[in-house]
Amino acid sequence: MKQIVKKLISLIITLLLVSLLAFLAFQIIPGDPTTKLLGTNATPEKAAELRSELGLDRPVLVRYLEWLGGFVRGEFGTSYTYRRDVGELLADKLPVTALLTVMSFILTVIISIPLGIWTGRTRSKAADHISVILDQILMAVPPFFFGMLACYFFGIVLKWFTPGAYVALSESVPGCLGYLVLPALSLALPRIAMTVRMLRSSIQTELTQDYVYTARSRGLSEWGVLRRHILRNAMIPVVTFLAVSAAEIMTGTIIIEQVFTIPGLGRLLISSIGNRDFPVVQAIVVILATWIIIVYYIADLLNHWMDPRLRTD
Amino acid sequence: MKIRKNAYFITGGILSAILTVIIVTGLFWTPYSTTAMNAQEKLQPPSWKHILGTDNFGRDVFSRVMEGAGTSLIIALLVVVIGCVCGIVFGSLCGYFGGAADLILMRICDAITAFPAMLLALVIVSLTGGGAGNIVLALGILFIPSFTRVVRTEYASCRDLNYINAARLMGVSNPRILYAHILPNTLSVLIPTITIGFNNAILAEASLSFLGIGIQPPQASLGSMLKDSQNYLASAPWYALGAGGAIVLMILAVSLLSEGVQQGTCRI
Repeated sequence: MKQIVKKLISLIITLLLVSLLAFLAFQIIPGDPTTKLLGTNATPEKAAELRSELGLDRPVLVRYLEWLGGFVRGEFGTSYTYRRDVGELLADKLPVTALLTVMSFILTVIISIPLGIWTGRTRSKAADHISVILDQILMAVPPFFFGMLACYFFGIVLKWFTPGAYVALSESVPGCLGYLVLPALSLALPRIAMTVRMLRSSIQTELTQDYVYTARSRGLSEWGVLRRHILRNAMIPVVTFLAVSAAEIMTGTIIIEQVFTIPGLGRLLISSIGNRDFPVVQAIVVILATWIIIVYYIADLLNHWMDPRLRTD
Repeated sequence: MKIRKNAYFITGGILSAILTVIIVTGLFWTPYSTTAMNAQEKLQPPSWKHILGTDNFGRDVFSRVMEGAGTSLIIALLVVVIGCVCGIVFGSLCGYFGGAADLILMRICDAITAFPAMLLALVIVSLTGGGAGNIVLALGILFIPSFTRVVRTEYASCRDLNYINAARLMGVSNPRILYAHILPNTLSVLIPTITIGFNNAILAEASLSFLGIGIQPPQASLGSMLKDSQNYLASAPWYALGAGGAIVLMILAVSLLSEGVQQGTCRI
């Protein structure tokens, strides 16, 4: 319990540091947002006026604290380009990206864990080679290229769906989920390949340990040995790796959303970067970072729960 | 280090050799101009004249793939060199000497590696304005922590071994111990890190260019070619296959080689 609180405090410190970095990064980069906004009819007076209107003329620290205070209350500021509340802009984009990430992560887990266990237990040279070759090929195909191949094959050749015709969740739940399956799978495939390989080698290492012989000699069934002894140890590195996967998948959505024209955070991020719309970019970066930090925190807790050796009181 | 021959190593080696020859040739000569447009030969399917067909401006896809793959290769190599050299310097000093600097540097590395490099690269490159130089710099810096960590662990475990103590007693200088005595022993973990880094760099550059914030046209890049080919997926699928296939083959060649080296080396 004490450790959980300790970790929670370090989680909050990390979040604060990340938010400070995200804020400062946009202060030191070249490119004044006012020049982009005013375009060709920019004069020094107009720029100064706009700067005070946007609040850009006050000290950095004051602006950071204000921005952070707003962030905690759910006020992300006003978008420079759309002149709209950033929270409003994000409200309908965030669920789409979150849904895609969660779907992709679930696919990764439900495919890779059984496959890893199954291939980890079959010990033959042929199985070894097949899994290495599949692993190499799946990891070599970038998700966005796989997405394009899927669009071509399933969309244009087989006509199972129309690439680019995203169905909103509010319109049709099965339609939306159906549309997201292929992008989710494109993101999941390389992660599945890596997870299977990791779990496989992890199980094979554990299988050679003495405690496995002991458990077997005590008359435990193969399944019992696997579930109660081997997996408990073999899953520890895999849980950490899955947390990394969740973070990578979240980042991957930025690109895959462009392939399947899904109106999520990624598309907004790319267009906002182009427009130097810093409040939007900052908000998205901090949201993504928060997600990543929380995922790592959960993985840490899971590991503590599974591995008593990590608990030091 | 001796490598036992195995199928992965041989396949990867042959594939790498073929790709290297094609890419290096592409740096000096391409079958067609990579920028000259030809309205009569728009979106032609593969033929003997254009083995990968032509794009929407009538440019030869194979020539552009050669140029784009060259750009990707140079960027990836530079990124790995920056990451690896800085990683070796920081990692060796941290691992061998330890102390407060080690502690602080490793925490910074942890913080950077916690974030997907792609996300950080995306923000940095887009805000600095794209182009090959910015990509190399951003990715290179982002790749330093992963190399530093790997190198540091190896140095820390070698620090108190007998052969190092012996070298110290013989009065060997610190730089010589660090880079002549310990460094060769880190190769077995450094090589997989280098190949993974190389592949990640290829992938990151392609992703950035795919998003339109990496290599800027008219310079050919595999990522931006894929992006352009998206609009012609129905009428000219070979365009996407040419550019995407090149990325897949480049990554596959290097990772097969790495797999071969890992399976073929026997650590004593």
